[in-house]
Amino acid sequence: MISIVQVYGSMLLTALGRTLLMTVLSLVFAMVIGMVFGLMNVGHNRILNCIGTVYVDAVRGVPLIVLAYFIYFGVPAGVQGLGFAGFRLSGFQAGFIALSMNCGAYMAEIIRAGIESVDRGQMEAGRSLGLSYGACMALIVVPQAVRTMIPSIINQFIITLKDTSILSVIGFPELTNVGKTIMGNTFKNLQTWAIIGIMYMIVITTLSKIAKRIERRVNRGR
Amino acid sequence: MADRRHHTETSYGSGKIHVTNLKKNFGKLEVLKDINLDVTEGEVVVLLGPSGSGKSTLLRCLNQLETATAGQIMVDGHQVTDRHTDINKVREKIGMVFQHFNLFNHLTVMDNMTLAPVHLKLMSKEEARHRAEQLLKRVGLEDKAQAYPSQLSGGQKQRVAIARALAMKPDIMLFDEPTSALDPEMVGEVLAVMKELASEGMTMVVVTHEIGFAREVADRVIFMEGGYIVEQGTPDEVILHPKKKRTIDFLSKVL
Repeated sequence: MISIVQVYGSMLLTALGRTLLMTVLSLVFAMVIGMVFGLMNVGHNRILNCIGTVYVDAVRGVPLIVLAYFIYFGVPAGVQGLGFAGFRLSGFQAGFIALSMNCGAYMAEIIRAGIESVDRGQMEAGRSLGLSYGACMALIVVPQAVRTMIPSIINQFIITLKDTSILSVIGFPELTNVGKTIMGNTFKNLQTWAIIGIMYMIVITTLSKIAKRIERRVNRGR
Repeated sequence: MADRRHHTETSYGSGKIHVTNLKKNFGKLEVLKDINLDVTEGEVVVLLGPSGSGKSTLLRCLNQLETATAGQIMVDGHQVTDRHTDINKVREKIGMVFQHFNLFNHLTVMDNMTLAPVHLKLMSKEEARHRAEQLLKRVGLEDKAQAYPSQLSGGQKQRVAIARALAMKPDIMLFDEPTSALDPEMVGEVLAVMKELASEGMTMVVVTHEIGFAREVADRVIFMEGGYIVEQGTPDEVILHPKKKRTIDFLSKVL
């Protein structure tokens, strides 16, 4: 175990860094996706509702690994078929897209639920003062919704972090993928996966603890 | 302001609010069947009636929180039932006070009062703050400017809500059961603010179950039931000497 840490330590840390980077990038982009589709589902425009629902249902209805394969293998094949022979997506690009789309669908639901948890009277009071729908959303409803959303968002952050391991199947060299490489080089299967598991555990447990603390602070301010 | 009203006013005379053949359906349910109503400048109109009679819906139609199914509503010279009217602009001049206060819970009292006037660029931040302080003094809450709604009693919340509406310098104030969610001992302080407002000549339409307030403050009392205006007149006529059986029945239950 110690020899693995000595030989592969920096490689493992780099991989962990990629895992975290991928998680954060995807999460940020997923927030944007979630905001767009979440707001579509909150409003009363039937067409927008429909688009929002289709997106959320479609993405949530497909396992992430299938979505990753679809974007990594399927999409370039389709684009090449259109005449762009050299089109390819790197593991990072495809992984980023797949993870953002997946996380974005869940984020849309978190945002929709958060906004719907705010009393209707808040919007009505804002509208009665002459503020537009958009201004009421931005100044009154969303700021109050965010409070209720924070625990779910952090929870989603942890789920997405774990989901990055699925991207090992499309060649993105994150932590799990590097684990496979080390296992292949050393044949120390037990030690390798114990180390990988512990690394995930440390990061995720730390995040959960931070989440608990933030949650407590948010609830206290109420 | 007075100028604009003069220009845009049509043959409806000096009526502040002019409702013609208003109908409102919620799905198959007809809540307002055929409402005709005029409110003149400075008039205080109280809407009475059993729950489900349509009084709140009528009030909410006036500023288009509910869109009318049919009929016309003119407010301040603007056809609010016309889709091309900039309803946000009209609402700036129609204050509304809700049963459940609807203060913005994430903002201080001061920010509640300055948010809309500043965002809509009607006042500078300093002007809005100054006006808010004056209004808070008027409703007896000058020491609560930095408090959050959760730190206020129901009566205090409702007084802030009234002050928030007044911060917009409205021409008309709508009150939707402003004391119904209050503990009995807090009703008086809210009614006192409303009385003062009425005595200053504010045009007011009030949905309430406070018969005493109606008798004392209203210029006109309207009794509604089943989506119709059943009877209207001075408080004396409607409350003390009602003519219609349904009005008599209702009043005998609440008095």
